[in-house]
Amino acid sequence: MIPTPAVDLRPVAPELALAGTGIVVLLAGAFVPRIRPAALLGVSLAGLAVAALASLSLWRWEGPLTVLNGSVAADRFGVVVRLTLVATGAVGLLLGHHYMQRSGEGRFEFYALLSFATFGMTLIAVAADLIVVFLALEVLSLSLYVLTGFSRRVGSAEAAVKYFLLGAFSSAFFLFGVAMAYGATGSTKLGTIARALAGRTEGTELAVVALGLLAVGFAFKVSAAPFHTWTPDVYQGAPTAVTAFMSAATKVAAFAALMRVLNVALQPLAWDWRPVIWALAAISVVVGSVLAIAQSDVKRLLAYSSVAHAGFVLTGLVAAGQDGIAAGLFYLVAYAAMVLGAFGAVMLVSSRGERHTDLASYAGLSRRSPLLAGLLAVFLFSLAGIPPAAGFVAKVGVFRAAVDAGAWPLALIGVLASVVAAFYYLRVIVLMFMEEAPGEGRVPVEPDPTAMPRVVVAALAAVTLVLGIFPGLLIGLLQGAGVLRW
Amino acid sequence: MPWLTLLVFLPLLGIPPLLLWRGATDGRAKALTLGVMLADLAVALGVLIVFDEGRAGYQLVERVPWVPQIGLSYLVGVDGFSIWLVVLTAFMFPIALLAEWDLRHRVRMFMALSLLLETVVLGSFVALDLLLFFLFFEALLAPMFLLIGVWGSGRRVYASVKFTLYTMLGSAFILVAILYLWFQTSRQFGEGSFDLRQMEQLSLGLAEQRWLFIAFFVGLAVKVPIFPLHTWLPDAHTEAPTKGSVVLAALLLKAGPYGMLRFNLDLFPEAARVFAEEIGVLAVVGIVYGAVVAMMQTDVKRLVAYSSVSHMGFVVLGIFTLTPEGMSGAVMQMLNHGLSTGLLFLAIGMVYARTHTRDMGELGGVAQVTPLLAGTFLVATLSSIGLPGLNNFVGEFLVILGAFRAHPWLAAAAVSGIVLGAIYMLWAYQRTFHGPVAERFRGLGDLLPRELAVALPVVAAMLAIGVYPRPVLDRINPTTEGVVRWVRSVEVGQAGLPGGVRGSVQPEYRPPAGIRPSPAGEGP
Repeated sequence: MIPTPAVDLRPVAPELALAGTGIVVLLAGAFVPRIRPAALLGVSLAGLAVAALASLSLWRWEGPLTVLNGSVAADRFGVVVRLTLVATGAVGLLLGHHYMQRSGEGRFEFYALLSFATFGMTLIAVAADLIVVFLALEVLSLSLYVLTGFSRRVGSAEAAVKYFLLGAFSSAFFLFGVAMAYGATGSTKLGTIARALAGRTEGTELAVVALGLLAVGFAFKVSAAPFHTWTPDVYQGAPTAVTAFMSAATKVAAFAALMRVLNVALQPLAWDWRPVIWALAAISVVVGSVLAIAQSDVKRLLAYSSVAHAGFVLTGLVAAGQDGIAAGLFYLVAYAAMVLGAFGAVMLVSSRGERHTDLASYAGLSRRSPLLAGLLAVFLFSLAGIPPAAGFVAKVGVFRAAVDAGAWPLALIGVLASVVAAFYYLRVIVLMFMEEAPGEGRVPVEPDPTAMPRVVVAALAAVTLVLGIFPGLLIGLLQGAGVLRW
Repeated sequence: MPWLTLLVFLPLLGIPPLLLWRGATDGRAKALTLGVMLADLAVALGVLIVFDEGRAGYQLVERVPWVPQIGLSYLVGVDGFSIWLVVLTAFMFPIALLAEWDLRHRVRMFMALSLLLETVVLGSFVALDLLLFFLFFEALLAPMFLLIGVWGSGRRVYASVKFTLYTMLGSAFILVAILYLWFQTSRQFGEGSFDLRQMEQLSLGLAEQRWLFIAFFVGLAVKVPIFPLHTWLPDAHTEAPTKGSVVLAALLLKAGPYGMLRFNLDLFPEAARVFAEEIGVLAVVGIVYGAVVAMMQTDVKRLVAYSSVSHMGFVVLGIFTLTPEGMSGAVMQMLNHGLSTGLLFLAIGMVYARTHTRDMGELGGVAQVTPLLAGTFLVATLSSIGLPGLNNFVGEFLVILGAFRAHPWLAAAAVSGIVLGAIYMLWAYQRTFHGPVAERFRGLGDLLPRELAVALPVVAAMLAIGVYPRPVLDRINPTTEGVVRWVRSVEVGQAGLPGGVRGSVQPEYRPPAGIRPSPAGEGP
C-alpha cells in the first residue's frame, strides 16, 4: 500500500464548496425533470453561503502558510477577497435569476456556470503558483464566455465570440509569461520565484520579459487600457445581469491575483514593475474617462468607466506592499458594490430584452420611478467620487497610497481624470432628473416593478453609503488583510 | 455641550420625515423644513453667545477619531474667521426658504436637498481636519447640482454642469495638496494626520510651500471666483432658483476666501508673502473687470452676479494685504456681501415672480406700483455700493485702508471699482424701477407679509452692522491679528534652507493656538 501524505483541505474548502455546488446544479438540471429555477437558485445560494462560512473560518488559520504543495496560500487577504467574491456572486445570482425569468431564457446551466465562475475567481485570489493562477483564470474565463452568450439576442453571441477570441489571445500571453518566469527562476511557485530573484542584480532580463507578458494577461482581464478594447462590446452585448456580475467579480479576482503576483513573486523586481503599473494606471484613467464621454449607451458608458476604475486601482498598486494592497482592496470592494448596483438599476430600467439601454431612455426617469432614479444617482455620484458615498473614500485611499509612494503626478492625473469622468456621470443624472420623458412617437419605458431585484439594488446603495460614511469598519479589516503570506 | 455637532447635523434630522412620511403634503414639508432651519438658527445664536470674543484660537473644539487608520478625525471648531460665516449661514437658509414658499414643483425633494445643503455648508465652515473640510466641500456638489439643474431657469442644465465641473477641477488640486501634506506629516511626525493644527507644525521648504500654496489657491480661486476662473459664476447664479442664487452668492462664494484665510495663510505663510502682491493684482483686475462687465448686462440677475466677481475681488485683496485692517475688512466684507447680495437676489426673485422677466429693457417704472419692493431693492443697492451707515461701507473701507498700507497703487486702482459699482448698481435700480411704467405691469401687487418677513431681517442686519460694527469686529480681530503676526513672523530671505524657515520661529508666535492680542497691537 502506498502511503499518502496528509493533506489538509480546509484552506480550499470554499473552492470545493463552490465547485461542488456547480456540479450538483448541473446534475440536478440534467437528471431531475422539470426542476424549478427557484430550487436551483436556492441550491446555488446555499453553496455560496457554505463557501462564505468556510472562508470566514480561515480568518484565524494557524496552519502552514501554503497548502497543497505550495500552490494555494492561506491568508487573510484570501479570506477578504473570497468573501467579496461570494457576495458578488450572490448578487449576480439574484439579479440573474430575475433576468432569466423575465426574458424567458432561463436554463439551469446559468446557475452552474455562475458557481463555476465564482469558483475560478476565488481560486485565482489564493493561488500561490502561476500554474494554478492560469488554471483558475481559464475556469473563470470559460464560464464567463458562455454566460456572455447566454441570451438569444444577436449582440450577445457576438460579444461572447469577441470575448472568447481576445480572451484566448491574452491567455496565451499569460501562459507565455509563466513559461518565461519558469525559465528565469526554475519554478512557477510565487514564493520560489521571489527567492530566486531576490538580491539578483544581473540576469533578470528573462524575468522582466515574464513580468511584461504576465502584465498583459492581467491588464486584459481587469480591462486596463490599452488592453480594454473588448470591454465595451462585451459589457453591452452580455445580458445585463451577467454584465453586473462580470464587471464587479472579474475585476476583484484578477486584481487580487495581480496583487499577489506583483507583491510576492515579483517583489524583488518592484523597481521594474512600478513604472509599468504607473503607465497602465495613467493610460487607463485617461482613456476610460475621455472615451466614456462619447457614449450614448449606458452599458457602454459604464464599460468605459470600468476602464477608468481599473486605472484607479492600479494607482493604488503603484505603492507596493501593504498600504497599496489595503487601498486597492477597499477600492475593489467599494467598486463592486457600486457597479453591481449601477448595472442592477440599468437592468431594471432596460426592462425586457435589453431594449432600453440607450441614454435617451433615462430622460425623465425620476418621474416614472423616483426610487430607481434615486438609487442610480447614488451609484453614479459614488462612481464619480462625490462624498459621502464610498467612491470618494476609495479614491482618496488609492491617491493617498500613490502620494505616499512618491507618485503624486499619477495622483494628479487621477483626480483630473475624475473631473472629466464626473461629466458623463452627471449627464445621466441630468437626464433622469432634469429632462422630461420623450414626447409623442415614443412610448416611455416602464421600469421593471418587481420587488426582489429592487431590494437587492437598494441594499447595494446602502452598502455604498455605509462604506462611505463609516469606512473605518472595513479599513481596519483590510489592513490586517494587506499582508500576503508565502 | 457639542454645540457645533448639533449645529451641523440638526438639519439632517429633517430629511427622513420629508422622504418617508406619507402625510407630508407640500405645505407641511415646507413648514417642517422652516422649523428645522429656525431651530438651527437658534443653535447658531447659541454658538455666538458661547463664543469667547477675546480669544484668537479655535473654540468649541470637538474631536472624535473617525477613520483612525488613515488619521482622519471628525474635528470641528470655530474662530474669528468662521464664527460669522456660521451665523450668516444659519440666518440666510430660512430666509431663502421663505423666498421660495410658492414652490410647487417636487417640493419634498427640494426641501430635503436644502437641508442637506445647510449641513454641508455649515460643516465646511467648521471643519478643522483638512480631509473633513474637503469632504464637506465636495459634498456640496451633489445637492447644489440638483438644485440648480432641477429648479433653475433657462439654461439651467448647462449652468449646473458647468458649476460642478469647475468646482471639481479646482478641488482636484486641493486634494492632491492635502494628500501631500498628509504624506509630510507621516514622514515628520511618524503618524499621518489631516489635523490642521498638526499640519501647521510641519517644516516645509519654500519650493514645496509654493507649489502647495498654488494648488490650494487655484482650487479656492475657482470658488471665490478670481478672474479668470470666474466664468461659471454668472451662469450658475443667473440660472439658479432664488434659493440657489442666495445660497451660492451669500454662502458658497465665501468658502473660497475662507479657505484661503484658513489654509493658505496658516500652512504656507512664507509662500503667502511671496505671492501676496501678484494675488493683489489679480484681485484688482477682478474688481475692475467684474464692474465693467456688470455695466454691460441687460439681465438684472446677471448684473448682480458680475457685481459679485467685483466684490469678491475686494475680499481677496483684503486678505492678501496681510495687514490686520485688510484682513478684518475682508472677513467683514464676506459677511456683508452675503447680506447685501443675498438681499439683491431675493428682491430680484420677487420682481421676477411678478413680472416674469429680468430684462431691464422690459422692466421699468415698477416702483410706482410696488414701492415697498423698490425700497427693499434700493436699500440692498445702496449697501452694495458702500453707502456709509450700511454694512458694506465698513468692510470696504477697512480693505482699502489695509491696501493703502501694503500697496498704495493697488488701492488706488481698487477704488475705481467702488465708483464703477455705484454707476452700474444705481443704473440698474433706475432701469428696473423707474421711468414710465409698462401697461402690463400696472396691476402688480406690492410685497406680501411673507416677503416682508424675508426682507426685513436682512435689512435690519445690514443697518445694525453699518451703524455699530464693533460687536462683529471684536470677534474677528483677535484671530486676524494672530494670523497676521504668524504670517509676518517669518523671513522670506531665509527660505530654502534645509528644514525650512519654520524651525526658526519661536513657539509663542504660533497662532492660532492662541496668543492673546497685545493691547498695543496693530489692530484697527
